[in-house]
Amino acid sequence: MIKTLKQTRTILISFLILIILWQLAISFGGMNTALFPSPIKVFNAFVGLATKGLSGSTTDAILWIHIKDSLVRFFIGYLLAALLGIGFGLLLGWFPKAFSYVNPIVQLIRPIAPVAWLPFLVLVIGIGNLPAIAIIFIAGFFPILLSTVKAVINVDPVYLKVAKTFGLTQLQTIFKIVLPAAFPQIFHSLHLALGTCWIFLVSGEMVGSQTGLGFLLMDAKNTMRPDALLAVIITIGIIGLILDQAIGLFEKAIRKTWGFGG
Amino acid sequence: MYIDIHDVSVEYKQDNTSFLALDHINLAIERGEFICLLGPSGCGKTTLLNAIAGFEKVTSGTITIDGTPVTKPDTRYVTIFQNYGLLPWRSVEKNVALPLETKGLSKQEQDERIQHYLELVGLSEYKDRHPHQLSGGQQQRVAIARALAVNPDILFMDEPFAALDAITRMKLQDDTRLLSTKEKKTIIFVTHDIEEAVYLADRIVVLSPNPGRIKSIVDVHMPFERDRTSDDFIHIRDKIFEIFNMKVDHDLEYYI
Repeated sequence: MIKTLKQTRTILISFLILIILWQLAISFGGMNTALFPSPIKVFNAFVGLATKGLSGSTTDAILWIHIKDSLVRFFIGYLLAALLGIGFGLLLGWFPKAFSYVNPIVQLIRPIAPVAWLPFLVLVIGIGNLPAIAIIFIAGFFPILLSTVKAVINVDPVYLKVAKTFGLTQLQTIFKIVLPAAFPQIFHSLHLALGTCWIFLVSGEMVGSQTGLGFLLMDAKNTMRPDALLAVIITIGIIGLILDQAIGLFEKAIRKTWGFGG
Repeated sequence: MYIDIHDVSVEYKQDNTSFLALDHINLAIERGEFICLLGPSGCGKTTLLNAIAGFEKVTSGTITIDGTPVTKPDTRYVTIFQNYGLLPWRSVEKNVALPLETKGLSKQEQDERIQHYLELVGLSEYKDRHPHQLSGGQQQRVAIARALAVNPDILFMDEPFAALDAITRMKLQDDTRLLSTKEKKTIIFVTHDIEEAVYLADRIVVLSPNPGRIKSIVDVHMPFERDRTSDDFIHIRDKIFEIFNMKVDHDLEYYI
């Protein structure tokens, strides 16, 4: 408990230093505050976004609505990537022969940046929620799939021998032995993918949608509001940080239960 | 004859070289016997155990248990592994429950059996702990409780105490001997520890490497209460040292 308090204090101090340096740069750096606004101005813009929305925008939605839309897209895309990534990963890890045929295709698709699909996706499925969700899915699916396959292949053979000696069926072996044995490694990839997905959510929304934090960024640029722009960027960062910390706590608890230490 | 190993060979092929892990092994084991497979690394003792347990396919020859040829592992014969094979994400209780979950027993029956066998190995107080919270000896006891919970006819034990300290190992050896008589199990026990083999076995099958062959079979005629310092014990131990050519000869040679 004291440790978390200390950690929180460290984080707060670090942010405070950043804000002070920022203000000093404005006060003594001779910056054009119309392009590079002060912390106070950004905070005011944040309050404005949160209460009245962005003036001059095509929509009068307030910040919370954009956050909500972004989060809904994010969780749909991310959960789909997690479910299908883990599901196919278990299957392909269990049948390595099949994986040797699928792997070349995966390796071909994987190095393509998820946003590269965006123009194609907009052509095929139009704008709205779907392109952003598809981008998040693409960003999350491949790393989760490959980690799961690897985790399944690396399951300690003694666990499989235990399954055999007690006569577990294949299905029982997969769900009672292989999945839990591979789970810490799979969950680690879920943690990493969460960050990646959040990054690509914003890119997805910048082109494909009419609401959300990515859209709001483009809107702030179009209405020449650098203060609102920075306020949205900071909001994206804070939500990303909270998501990462939350899943990090889960991962820690899992590692503890599995006996890998904190 | 309960377990019949008839002319069994196991050959591993890698690239163009082949390695004969077991070379024409013949062995008959009676029900209720405690057999130790003893030998240095690479003598094929674990291969032989795996073949009897159904984990390893034989290249030639046949193995039958109770008249049925062995082709794959069977739940009537349970293996206990050197590194315990406990599932780290399950509590002690849930580890023992694993083989019972697939047997269609009622929850109450499962709980009774778990309780009974954890008591037998003296770990009922630890049922909510996870394996990493136990010592090596306690972990192996959980593995033994889990194996016994399905009431197997045969226990295969693959160097089960090799990773334990000497005192814990002796305690578990006592427990295992008690088990073999009380629960009337046939036990096939792999070890490279000569004293362990002499202390435990009814018969010791001594294997030699390259290729894996039975070098000798030693009958251990000793009462149930075995004393590691008794003359009988030392006599049999010496006999095995001789088989391995490890006894220092003090031949008296006189040149006059």
